[in-house]
Amino acid sequence: MDTITRRRFLTASGVVAGAALAAGGTAYGIRDILATAGRREPGAKTLVLVTLYGGNDGLNTVIPYADPAYAAARPALAYPADKVLPLDGAFGLNPAMTGLHRLYGRTKLAVIRGVGYPKPDRSHFRSMDIWQTGRPDRPGNTGWLGRWLDAAGGDPRLAVSFEPVLPPLLAGATSAGATVPGGTVALPKIVTTDLLRSLGAASPGEPAAQARAAACFADLTRIQDLMRDVTPDAADDQDAEDAPAATATGGAEPALDAQLALVARCVEAGAATRVYSVSLGGFDLHADEKTAQESQLAKLDKPLAAFADRMARTEAGRAVVVAVYSEFGRRVRANASDGTDHGTASSMFVLGDSVKGGLYGEPPSLTDLDDGDLKYTTDFRNVYATLLGDVIDGDAGALLDGWKGRLDDVLI
Amino acid sequence: MTDRRVVSHLLRRVTFGPTAAEVDAVAGTDLGLTVTALLAPAAPPRLPDLGPDPYATLAAGATKEDKQRARRAARDQIGDATWWWLTRMAGGGTAEKLTFFWHGHWATSVQKVRSAGLMLGQQQTFRRYGGGDTGPLVRAMLRDPALIIWLDGQRNSRTAPNENLARELMELFTLGVGHYGEDDVKAAAKVLTGWQIDRAAGTAKLVARRHDDSPVTLLGHRGTLDVDGLADLLVRHPAHVPFLASRLWTRYGSGDPAPAPTLRRLIAAGRDVTAMLAALCTDPAFPATAGHLVKQPVEWMVGALRQLAVDPATLPDKQRKQVLGGLRALGQVPFRPPSVGGWPSGAAWLTTASAQARLRYALALTALAPAAVQSLAEAAKGDRLEALARLLVVDGWTDRTAAVLSGAATEPARLLALGLATPEYTVH
Repeated sequence: MDTITRRRFLTASGVVAGAALAAGGTAYGIRDILATAGRREPGAKTLVLVTLYGGNDGLNTVIPYADPAYAAARPALAYPADKVLPLDGAFGLNPAMTGLHRLYGRTKLAVIRGVGYPKPDRSHFRSMDIWQTGRPDRPGNTGWLGRWLDAAGGDPRLAVSFEPVLPPLLAGATSAGATVPGGTVALPKIVTTDLLRSLGAASPGEPAAQARAAACFADLTRIQDLMRDVTPDAADDQDAEDAPAATATGGAEPALDAQLALVARCVEAGAATRVYSVSLGGFDLHADEKTAQESQLAKLDKPLAAFADRMARTEAGRAVVVAVYSEFGRRVRANASDGTDHGTASSMFVLGDSVKGGLYGEPPSLTDLDDGDLKYTTDFRNVYATLLGDVIDGDAGALLDGWKGRLDDVLI
Repeated sequence: MTDRRVVSHLLRRVTFGPTAAEVDAVAGTDLGLTVTALLAPAAPPRLPDLGPDPYATLAAGATKEDKQRARRAARDQIGDATWWWLTRMAGGGTAEKLTFFWHGHWATSVQKVRSAGLMLGQQQTFRRYGGGDTGPLVRAMLRDPALIIWLDGQRNSRTAPNENLARELMELFTLGVGHYGEDDVKAAAKVLTGWQIDRAAGTAKLVARRHDDSPVTLLGHRGTLDVDGLADLLVRHPAHVPFLASRLWTRYGSGDPAPAPTLRRLIAAGRDVTAMLAALCTDPAFPATAGHLVKQPVEWMVGALRQLAVDPATLPDKQRKQVLGGLRALGQVPFRPPSVGGWPSGAAWLTTASAQARLRYALALTALAPAAVQSLAEAAKGDRLEALARLLVVDGWTDRTAAVLSGAATEPARLLALGLATPEYTVH
């Protein structure tokens, strides 16, 4: 992929992935999955990264209910102690997060508090660029998992998203993750693998964008091996006359549970994929936040808890580590539309069978603030370094510009 | 004399995909005159009559059924408005392309606005002011009901400041990140307090008791500002014209940054959008940008409809759904940008998923265009690749693509479908 094109994409339209529109209802599932995939190192782990777009209000997610400054700063938005799902004597989860609370009780959920980066940026786009590139000083043009993919050999099958638009975090310098909406490859009958391969060849001297357009066809032949479509009837429907029938109505992007269901099937089938990127949008709640955020968090909690339960049942699933983040938290003080404006540090979740559950990170003070916002206590690169090193066998120092920090003990 | 490639390139960028006849009409004429003629202002069209806003007519004690009916009616109106706009785009012309540019720039989604009428109203503002000085455009947009709803402007009051609109106004619409501070966001939010929407009338008005008219310090200026004062302050800011130039260049020029002399010439055109676009189109660096941009899905789809001579206005419902389904699968539906940042550009559109979707919908488009298939069939077999390039206004095929297309030369329908999916046709 042309790096300058990608630079524009990352800096001008950073949240493209959250933006990803869906192939709507192309929701015929994969019945037999990845029979050909099985070429992974024994014991290799899998990372599932969940991006929450819009800036989730961290203080009403992991709630410092015992701190009087919390209720004082947001009287109409605060949860009283008897409403939160307690984690300890001072912190509790949002009442909508019963599933993750259960996982916490089983010590499979790590809550990392105060995660952020220096000189926080309150723009959604810039801050998401920073998180997705892993570069707070200069977001640049490659995603942190895209760089991992480059180093891992660049096979797009190693890093998969089930959204139709490439999330910036999967864009490498020389390779890019695969986007597979619906998890199927549905090709019209006029196209053969040979034809795709021919169309996917590079042509000397052509513009970079055109070369990339060609390379997509070559990538497609490789994805085809991975995601063997075994629902030929549905695929035929996609051919000509009725192509849009499946997508004429329906939501704007695949729901998180649909994305996670595809991940689950691939994992259980032993796919070679090591990284899955999924996302959930809708957290930018400047007004009337409380009910809306509960409903958003339920959209996160239920699918994620169900996914974790399902993963716990198989050996491949037990090798999965899930990490959840958003581009920033919100202001400590509510605005007067009963919402919150853009803020800074927030909590991250890491969960899975090999996770040592508990509370991590120093909770930021609610009174010693930076211009009304929390001061971060854990650099997000520490978490990235641990995920890169301990989950997907990457060289964290090399992939994070020499970053030395890491979050210890969170994985068994 | 204007080289055919140069005009083809020009027309591909400033219209929704030219036909061969449109290229023929201007090939060989003076480039400057052609650009001037192309960019001449067009009168805004009469908007379709969608009927009253279904939510505005909903009574206070509306039942669940009433609300459901309103939701359905609103959805139908959005569908009608979307199709009306696609039909306008397929009519060609540079004005709609510019309207589409502004839609992506002040990216507002009907998903939250929930009113086709207000979205069309915003669009008329783009048509009315989008080709001129950005001052009046920004002034009008700060009163735009759809934008105000989209960014919680109606929630922003003296007692309850809400920064959403103020921040995006500076970051995404006028200055770009890095040219203002957090205090400026707060000050601009204060200036923007007090606006309320009348859905039934489709207007916004300033409610004095909700408005905070105390003096602010904003971008180094101290004083009491109203929305017009704020708009003027922003468009006179030294970062505004360079920001506008880079945004226009990104969509009309190239994903690579503009060469410094080009950028200087664009900036020299000032705040007049048509003058800046004309400078871009006649810049010596412009012809070399051919193939640098990935067609946005709407550009790809509408361009194909035009070149295949499919008139959207006459398409039956089923085929309309097919076209809209294609746009959805490719990730771009008008009136529904994914976020206030607008749609992505460049390689973000080039994914394994979009490659599949392009193949599928290329086939669907071909099925809508028997006459185009027939025109290819009428060419001698050895001339069909050239006929295809002419039909789709592609400068030429690489050896790679020519080899693939030659294999389909005996099957004109398949040839056309493959042509629409080629890397050459995917970019412009």
